[in-house]
Parts: sequence; C-alpha cells; structure tokens
Amino acid sequence: MIFFFLFSAIAVLSALAVILFRNPVYSVLSLVLCLFAISGHYVLLNASFLAIVNIIVYAGAVMVLFLFVLMLMNLNHLSESLRSTKFKLAAASVSLVFFLVLLAIVETLRHGHLNTVASGSYDSSMIAISRTLFSTYAVPFELTAVLFLSTIVGAVLIGKKQGKDSE
Amino acid sequence: MISQSIPVIWYVIVAFILFSVGIAGLLLRRNAIVLLLCIELMLNAANLVLVAFSGVYKDLSPQIFVFFVLIVAAAEAAVGLAILALIFKNRDSADVSQFSRLKW
Repeated sequence: MIFFFLFSAIAVLSALAVILFRNPVYSVLSLVLCLFAISGHYVLLNASFLAIVNIIVYAGAVMVLFLFVLMLMNLNHLSESLRSTKFKLAAASVSLVFFLVLLAIVETLRHGHLNTVASGSYDSSMIAISRTLFSTYAVPFELTAVLFLSTIVGAVLIGKKQGKDSE
Repeated sequence: MISQSIPVIWYVIVAFILFSVGIAGLLLRRNAIVLLLCIELMLNAANLVLVAFSGVYKDLSPQIFVFFVLIVAAAEAAVGLAILALIFKNRDSADVSQFSRLKW
C-alpha cells in the first residue's frame, strides 16, 4: 500500500516536472524518473517482465536517444517563446476538464470490475509471456520486424535528405 | 503480493492524472522535444491501465499489448526525432510556433 502511494506520488510529481521545467534536459530526466516509478507500479502488479523492458527500452534507449538529439543539436540553450497567461489558463482547464470527463466515465462503470483488487496471483512469468507472445501473437510480433525496418529506412532517409538537396 | 489491498480504480486514476498532465504539456509547451516527451507520458499512462487490468482479469494479453506499445513508441520516437532534427537544421529552432511554413 505504501509503495503504491510512493510510486504514484513520484510518477505524478515527475510528470508535472516534465511540463514545468524550462530546460528540456531536465524534462527528459524527469520523464526518466516518471518511467522508473511506473516500472515500480508494474512490479507491484506482478508484471516484472514489463518493468524490466520498460526500464531498458524506455528509460534506457528512448530517453538516451532524446538526450542525444537534445545535446547534439544544442537545443537546450534555445529560448522558448512563452504562451500568454490566457492561453496557459485555457490549456490547464482543458486538461482538467478532460480528467473530469475520464473520471465521470469511470464513475458510470463503477459497478463492474473496477473495485476488485489487481492481485497478481496468476502466472506472469517469462515462460508464460513468451508462450503467449510466440503462439497467439506470433504474427504481430513478426510484423514489428517490418515496422522497425521501415523505421530505420525512414529515419535514415529523413536524416540524409538535407545533404542530397544541397548537392 | 503487496498490491492485493489496492483496488484497480486507484491505478486507473493515477493513469488519468498522468494522461491529463501529458495533454496539459502538449498544449502549454512549444518546444517540440517536450511535446514528444508528453506523447511518451500519455502512452505510459495507457500502458499502466493495461497492466492494471491484466491483473484484474488474470490474462496476459494486455501485457503483450503493452509490449507492442513499447515497440511502436520506440519507432515513433526514432522517426519523430529524425524529423525534428531535419526541421532544426532548416530552421535553427525547436519552437513549434516557428514551424508554420505549411500555413499559407
């Protein structure tokens, strides 16, 4: 119980820090902290495989990619134009209303399974996950290979375009 | 498990807060990198709901979906950052209010 509130507090506070820091480098580092807290939630929910994958792929690879681009392009010294106070107020109220709408949706569904505890008393070991992944979801898994190939080709093409144009 | 005393609704509410913070960030910030970070934040909020309900229904399929979301998010971040780097090379700015060439 205490771990749940600890991880929730860290996740929410670091998520707020992501959008409130002026310096994008601090934003990236706060998001890494947020991802670690979410991985803690995964561990509490007995999804340890996803917790590890989340840390390795997200906090490890994707966030380092962000930091890499940020520091390579020297984006952290650029000044960001400020929104007007009216716009900030409008944006905050839009997200608040969105949150209330989500809560209302949950409230109407409350009689369902929402009050049951998310206990982890089922087999979520690596063996069970890989058995599901490579039998039921084998085709989507193979399709991700195509997705990554097209991603690599696309990223390289976009990255090289500037050089070709200036020839 | 430690989590046995926590109803799944609490996880759903935490995920909603994270998602709303992501939306607020998308609207408030103008730095394109921070906008991508907010998208990642919203994806993670959705992942948290999926994993929580995986525990409720004692089914592994949501966890597989989260795995695929991670894969797609990695691909999205790679292509998004490549586009951003290209725009930055052309414009010397990561401010989305500067990217208005498509607007007539």
